[in-house]
Amino acid sequence: MTILTFTVAVAIVSFVAGLLGSLTGLGGGVVLVPLLTVFFHVDIRYAIGASLVSVIATSSGAAAAYVKEGFSNIRIGMFLEIATTVGALLGAYLAIWMPTATIAIVFGVMLVYSAYIARRPRPPELRNLPPDPLATRLRLNGSFPDLSGERVYNVQNVPAGFSLMFGAGALSGLLGIGSGAVKVLAMDQAMKIPFKVSTTTSNFMIGVTAAASAGVYLSRGYVDPGLVMPVMLGVLAGSLVGSGILVKAETKSLRLVFSVVILVLGLQMLFKGIWGRI
Amino acid sequence: MNALASSPPESPRPNATKAWGDYQIEVVVGYLLRYGVMISASIVFCGACIYISRHAHEPANYSIFRGEPSAYRTVPGIVQGALHSRGRGLIQLGLLCLIATPIARVAFAVVGFALERDRLYVVFTAIVLVVLLYSLIGSGLKF
Repeated sequence: MTILTFTVAVAIVSFVAGLLGSLTGLGGGVVLVPLLTVFFHVDIRYAIGASLVSVIATSSGAAAAYVKEGFSNIRIGMFLEIATTVGALLGAYLAIWMPTATIAIVFGVMLVYSAYIARRPRPPELRNLPPDPLATRLRLNGSFPDLSGERVYNVQNVPAGFSLMFGAGALSGLLGIGSGAVKVLAMDQAMKIPFKVSTTTSNFMIGVTAAASAGVYLSRGYVDPGLVMPVMLGVLAGSLVGSGILVKAETKSLRLVFSVVILVLGLQMLFKGIWGRI
Repeated sequence: MNALASSPPESPRPNATKAWGDYQIEVVVGYLLRYGVMISASIVFCGACIYISRHAHEPANYSIFRGEPSAYRTVPGIVQGALHSRGRGLIQLGLLCLIATPIARVAFAVVGFALERDRLYVVFTAIVLVVLLYSLIGSGLKF
């Protein structure tokens, strides 16, 4: 393949990944690494570097739109970023030391888990929880505009959420993904943050988390300009188009299709890792 | 977006009445991020045009990991390459701007919390800023 055809092909695939990722809310980054390694035979280290950089682009590009909705909680975000950035730094160092086959296996498990999270029905939101002393001291509780006016929420289980976020950061740094699935686990399940607040806050955090490991990746030579260029521009364009168009009726079936794609790619990564063909 | 998104941006946030509330910080920071991404993407696109026009017909091979030469992984190397209008140097410069964007966002949040006189969160955001700067500068990126 010449550089021209390679660049165009990677840009198209990245555009579709960014588009589907933003339409379904599952994030495009998670499919990029398997697509690049399985179909374009890119070394997993280059693929992780490219994916990580494009994660920063989509997260930061969407931030202005999310802020206007008034759902995100900057204090929750900033407090948990202490955990995610330290985790991401650790994950990036782990990626340098870890054999690529092991990284592929971890990646496969993560993809299968993401597909499961995407298909599982969301448990009903608990409202009017009592204030947690630690969350109150950290001023994490907040409110957001709901259909019936301003809705107040109280954050729970701060230590559990903080630890899970450390894990989410480490996975992000190791695999070059936003690790939205783990962040949802920490914020929805452990900390009982309302869904709208947790998704927008998590989007905000993803860019900062990725920046923490991007420095390490750049200095270790994982960020190749020729590869990152079509990936980053493609994903960014795809996600911007995706957030601009509205296909409410189709989202459900799209989510199903995309989660099946994630599952298949996850199994493929697992097998490639186990049989050492990576 | 849903119906809520079409409501005016001045939603009735509890601290929206304060001169420097969380919501104001968020709005400024949101735009900062968007412009940062747009500027970086433009630089990357310019670099892409030069790179493609010069190397279009060379073979693409990413199946073997070699690691980038220092011209693409150190700040002086990247700036030098960009100044000589080398395509890949310009792309790396754009990517460096992209990585710097969330770091600028955190730096801005430190200032925002300081204006709010929220000491606890000045400390929290400063910790995040130190980790980010360490990653970019201290982890081997030579100046």
